[in-house]
Amino acid sequence: MTESTTASPTTVSTSGRARRARNGVSIAAPAARVVDNSGKGSGRTFNIVSWVVLIVFAVLWLIPSLWAIKTSLTSNSTSAIGAGPILRDWHLTFGSYKTLLSGSDLWHWYLSSFVTSILTVVFAVTFGAMAGYALSRLRFRGRRLVFLLLIGGILVPPQVLIVPVFQFLNVIHLLNTYWAVILPQIPAVVAVFVFKQFFDGIPHDFEESARIDGAGYWRTFRSIILPLSRPVVAAMAIITFVGTWNNLILPLFVLSNPKLMTIPVGLATVQGSYGQRLSDIQASSILGALPLVILFLIFQRQIVEGVAGSGLKG
Amino acid sequence: MTTAELQTTATVARPSRFDDEVGGPRTQGMTRAGWLFLAPFAVFYILFLIWPVIYMVITSFFNTSMVRSGLGSFAGLANYHEMLTKPDFWGALWHTIQFTIYTTPPLVILSFVFALLANRVRHAQWFFRLAFFVPFILPSAAIALIWTFIFTPSTGLWNEFQSLLGDPAPLPVLGTPSLAMIGIAITTVWWTIGFNFVLYLAGLQDIPRELYEAAAVDGATPWQQIRSITIPLLSRTTTLVLLLQIVASMKIFDQVYLMTSGGPGVSTQVLLGLVTNTAFTDNRIGAASAASVLLFIVILIITLARQIVESIQNRREA
Repeated sequence: MTESTTASPTTVSTSGRARRARNGVSIAAPAARVVDNSGKGSGRTFNIVSWVVLIVFAVLWLIPSLWAIKTSLTSNSTSAIGAGPILRDWHLTFGSYKTLLSGSDLWHWYLSSFVTSILTVVFAVTFGAMAGYALSRLRFRGRRLVFLLLIGGILVPPQVLIVPVFQFLNVIHLLNTYWAVILPQIPAVVAVFVFKQFFDGIPHDFEESARIDGAGYWRTFRSIILPLSRPVVAAMAIITFVGTWNNLILPLFVLSNPKLMTIPVGLATVQGSYGQRLSDIQASSILGALPLVILFLIFQRQIVEGVAGSGLKG
Repeated sequence: MTTAELQTTATVARPSRFDDEVGGPRTQGMTRAGWLFLAPFAVFYILFLIWPVIYMVITSFFNTSMVRSGLGSFAGLANYHEMLTKPDFWGALWHTIQFTIYTTPPLVILSFVFALLANRVRHAQWFFRLAFFVPFILPSAAIALIWTFIFTPSTGLWNEFQSLLGDPAPLPVLGTPSLAMIGIAITTVWWTIGFNFVLYLAGLQDIPRELYEAAAVDGATPWQQIRSITIPLLSRTTTLVLLLQIVASMKIFDQVYLMTSGGPGVSTQVLLGLVTNTAFTDNRIGAASAASVLLFIVILIITLARQIVESIQNRREA
């Protein structure tokens, strides 16, 4: 386990996630794993120093977000003057939020982001899990070739493919539709390997008995493998959702209709169109980020484990 | 997480023990089932990954244009020749490397320190995850709005901070060619440190506690414990973090596009920005494809370097 975690992010997911899920211990709850030095002199000093340094950095890290929140709650006229006035003016107002939420732009962006993210999650997770099952459980002709092609695909960063993907979507007349954002994000190779390795860790006994009872591969997959794989399905679903929601480069080039823009593309236009309404700009940034903050608060463990387990990085 | 892209690092799965069994009586049915289970994924994989790669390589040898249909005339190696002799290309490569040099050391060192400290301190874990990790899952566009605002010339928070330090007329960070990339780097460190933070935290938790206990019994100070237990045992995590970091840096696009659009002048133009400008502004698909292929080759070299480093590490441990 120790070895697999550090060796490769994809290997972690099988044993690591399965074990953590079973024991209820997760990366998100490491509190009990601290060496207790508090009794000894140098250990104690060291712990205090650690604590202070960590707090200082954490506060430093919170400042930009807090600054954006404070600005969004200040009037446009004050925030246009500068940092000093924003800091001194404590007449908090929700004016910027009212302006944004009563307009229609933001709602269009939210809708686009939700539709594209949710549909991408449904397809990517379903198809990814099916492919993972095939690679984990079925011994079929051509399996080696499939493996090679998939491992090759891991080396290809999707951003680099933006131009040919755009061309292809243009040819099949899907530019300026939600599908232009959804379809290219479905083949998430890493998800396939994460699923495969999780399935590899499930004992074969369960399926053997089901197969003796006459269940086919599809039924075994649906009613035995998937229910046992809830943690990894949840983690992959959330990670895919976050990734799709945040994707900028793909929707930026394949969507030009303002009504179809996703949150990141919409936010990219804000600086130009809101001009000096600085509080409104900061409020739009907060509102664009808000769904993800909520998601994090609900699914902290899955998000942290999913990220650490799949080595998912933009 | 700039895009939905899943970047991993491939000590990935190898075909497992079943492979030799192909050919038995049950395999006929299994082959069909196997391909049926793979089919939906495979369709999208072929259409949106394999085919674009092939098409990109093909068009890189043609004068393909955005405004005409078809491949256009055959160009041979002209697109590559153009890119490799163009100052803009080398400039973009240099800015990409510059970004990598600015961001990698702080992202690796700070995340290690944060994880080490957070793993020692037993209270308020949620608070540190909130502070360090949450920015990582927010959209780059939201981050860019926040930091562009902080870097606002003469009235922004950063300006105020510099004035406090005694600089009467600080230069605008994003508006000065020599500073713009530093501004982007600061934003990126703040935004993405959470990723390395959780990888290190996961690595730290896999170090057996007994090692520290034994070291403490032998009278090792906390600093000695870190130096002779933690750092060596985390060397694989460090290799992983480092190379993921470098590969991610080579693909930088969002922050530059959103914060400076490559400017002032072309002082922050990066490779992926050059690719998209060539394709979507100049309408030159062929030339953009050649630039993409070159970028892809650079990323491939780094990824393969990681494989080699890892296999050396494996051999040493074996």
